[in-house]
Amino acid sequence: MEIKVVHQIMEWNEDHSDEIKAKLREKRVCLVNIMGSPGAGKTSVITSVIKAMSDKFKIGVIEGDIAGRIDAEHMKRLGVPVVQLNTDGACHIEAMSIENILPDFDLDELDVIFVENIGNLVCPAEFNIGESFRVALLSIPEGDDKVEKYPLMFQTTDALILNKYDMIEYFDFDAERVIRGAKEINPDIDVFKVSNKTGAGLSEFTAWLGGRIEESINA
Amino acid sequence: MHELSITQSILNIALSSAENEHAKKINKIKITLGEMTGCVPQYIQEYFDIVSEGTIAHGAKLEFDSIPASAKCLDCGAETRLIRFRFRCEHCGSQKLKIVSGREFLVDSIDIDD
Repeated sequence: MEIKVVHQIMEWNEDHSDEIKAKLREKRVCLVNIMGSPGAGKTSVITSVIKAMSDKFKIGVIEGDIAGRIDAEHMKRLGVPVVQLNTDGACHIEAMSIENILPDFDLDELDVIFVENIGNLVCPAEFNIGESFRVALLSIPEGDDKVEKYPLMFQTTDALILNKYDMIEYFDFDAERVIRGAKEINPDIDVFKVSNKTGAGLSEFTAWLGGRIEESINA
Repeated sequence: MHELSITQSILNIALSSAENEHAKKINKIKITLGEMTGCVPQYIQEYFDIVSEGTIAHGAKLEFDSIPASAKCLDCGAETRLIRFRFRCEHCGSQKLKIVSGREFLVDSIDIDD
């Protein structure tokens, strides 16, 4: 006997994501989901962003890693509240995990929480975590074919940082191919060419980021 | 790897629907899967065989009904296929599109013995 069900499979995650959004809206806190491969420079870029923006915004960080506390220890030295989220093997962060650790922050004392997702171009793109918007990183050594190979990541992000841009002369990386490909699947995407090492392009990105954070906490 | 938590959700949905019907066994679960979700059906079946052990859903076959990605063009009004996530109207080339299908991911029905 066939029984009609019609039930969203991702509902368990979406429900938690919506709850987080409602809570953060009430507290006027913006949540930014930062994604990219291992080694793309997520931690380093977040570090630079904290240094550049901490006089303007009260910042907190959630460090997602499969195991260990290396990144959280590093962030703590910057004097911002950091919570380590270990997924114990899972390849992505789910909304429920974020909901469970939000009480570790004093939300009245924060404007923005940066979530460093698990290094992975596949799974994190599938899971909303209550974020206000998304930022994806792709570093030059990873190659210029990633948009075609991992379309969901680049389709669902609001901004794309092409990091380690100072390396471009050493790699056969066609930046125009990446930008063209990203805009084909995501016409509204904003792309930033950044070298976190030299600092080139960071101010353009932080200007964009600051605007989006303001927009989100004043919404 | 994210297929594991998704599989657990499929199992929970199927079991709770079956329980409402006082079913003794779940034979088949029909899943509607949009082209623009990133799930791999083969993995889901393999995980399902493991996570469903000891439940009335063990041995159930998962059937996937794939929904093509399509959008409505906000410039020329035509309906267009989105091939390989490419966000462009096949008819007029516009990128102003509204997705109409391809993101579905749901348990459509279950086949049970009562």
